Amino acid sequence: MTAELEKIEERAGGFEPKIMAFVCNWCTYAGADLAGTSRMEYRPNVRIIKLPCTGRIDPLFIIKAFENGADGVLVSGCHPGDCHYTTGNYHARRRWIGFKHLLEFAGIDMRRLHFSWVSASEAIKWVDLINNVTDEVKALGPFMEYRELKDTTAG
Amino acid sequence: MENKLREKARELLESGEAGVVIGYGWNRSKTRTTPVFITKSEDADQLIFNPLCVNNLSVYLTRKFKDIKALGRPAIVAKGCDIRNIVVLITEAQIKREDVFIIGMTCEGVVYRQDLWKGGLDPKTMPVKCHNCDVRNPHVADFTIGARSAFVPPEEPTGMVFDRIKEIDKKPASEKWAFWIKEFSRCVKCYACRQVCSLCYCERCITEKNMPQWIETSAHPRGNLSWNLTRAMHLVGRCTFCGECERACPVNIPLNLINQKMIGVVNDAFEFRSGYDEKTHPPMIVFKPDDKDDFIK
Repeated sequence: MTAELEKIEERAGGFEPKIMAFVCNWCTYAGADLAGTSRMEYRPNVRIIKLPCTGRIDPLFIIKAFENGADGVLVSGCHPGDCHYTTGNYHARRRWIGFKHLLEFAGIDMRRLHFSWVSASEAIKWVDLINNVTDEVKALGPFMEYRELKDTTAG
Repeated sequence: MENKLREKARELLESGEAGVVIGYGWNRSKTRTTPVFITKSEDADQLIFNPLCVNNLSVYLTRKFKDIKALGRPAIVAKGCDIRNIVVLITEAQIKREDVFIIGMTCEGVVYRQDLWKGGLDPKTMPVKCHNCDVRNPHVADFTIGARSAFVPPEEPTGMVFDRIKEIDKKPASEKWAFWIKEFSRCVKCYACRQVCSLCYCERCITEKNMPQWIETSAHPRGNLSWNLTRAMHLVGRCTFCGECERACPVNIPLNLINQKMIGVVNDAFEFRSGYDEKTHPPMIVFKPDDKDDFIK
């Protein structure tokens, strides 16, 4: 499996990571939109999923993203105090504090999971963030540990 | 102690204050304890209390057991650790404080595995929670039975679970991963950890939702990982470390490690320990504007 994937990637010209971004509709998505309308260029590796609020982001989304072959996950929303629904991101933050430590304890490399606050006006921050995350995950290589789980049988 | 318990149970049932007394009784061969549900005062003599009473009966107060609810107002025989779970159920609006009569038992510890019991109490067969117990005298109860315990828990929690957590914390990510994948690969998805947990009371568990299928139901490593992570995540800020999930696990996955790790995280981040005060909201439904977020860039 590993060798096969590497072959495919070699043919395609090196490994390009898949980054999954879960963003809130009101801040980060608008920020990404601003980057687009301002014609800023950033790495095309990111797949954005827009949600109403960071409070809507179930930790299971992140697990599911890794299950389906994401090499890195980014979670982003409004800065504390700026939530469109007043308190959604505060609740999300508490959840992430727990979830981050849980994944860390389970042995998932924290360089594959990023959290960030990006407001609607921070197009530059968004561009830098995506570039940095992509480069970091690219250096780590594909998330083989997780992908290989699919092929192993219970032993 | 047992006589007093039976007397109280009789009194509660006769006065109609309770419709059912949930407590411990012997199994047929008197080697283990089993939950008993006493509805008639003449059956109250079945109730017992000894170090074999390790089960956390608070699970029978949840909506998972509608048939028990139908018996009327419950009175429950509970050790301090079980009362902590009842307190969490109250804070989560699963049951009203006045809707349950708590018969608090002072407790000097239980045995972790019932087959190891040779009579009396041996610190070697006691679970880690008992060595660090600060609720040997029930903290929330309508009626307390037993002599006051003078036990003072050690300042730093001690025991194998805490040592192993420190050990795992020191490992690099790849070794942690290998450790957990190996442990979780034994999981057979029997969901005993969920069934025995009094805080896993959803009528429809996420793992049973299949539109979409959030958690793979077959017992292979990927689905096992997502199930165990999700189970742990759903207990963050709620788990009281009663240890029933690990005790119920047929393949001995060290669930206590994850649960206790998360209890530590919650304590550090939110200064909260679950199950002590029925008037404090659980940490995951409230927030502070100045929660630590140094990992969020």
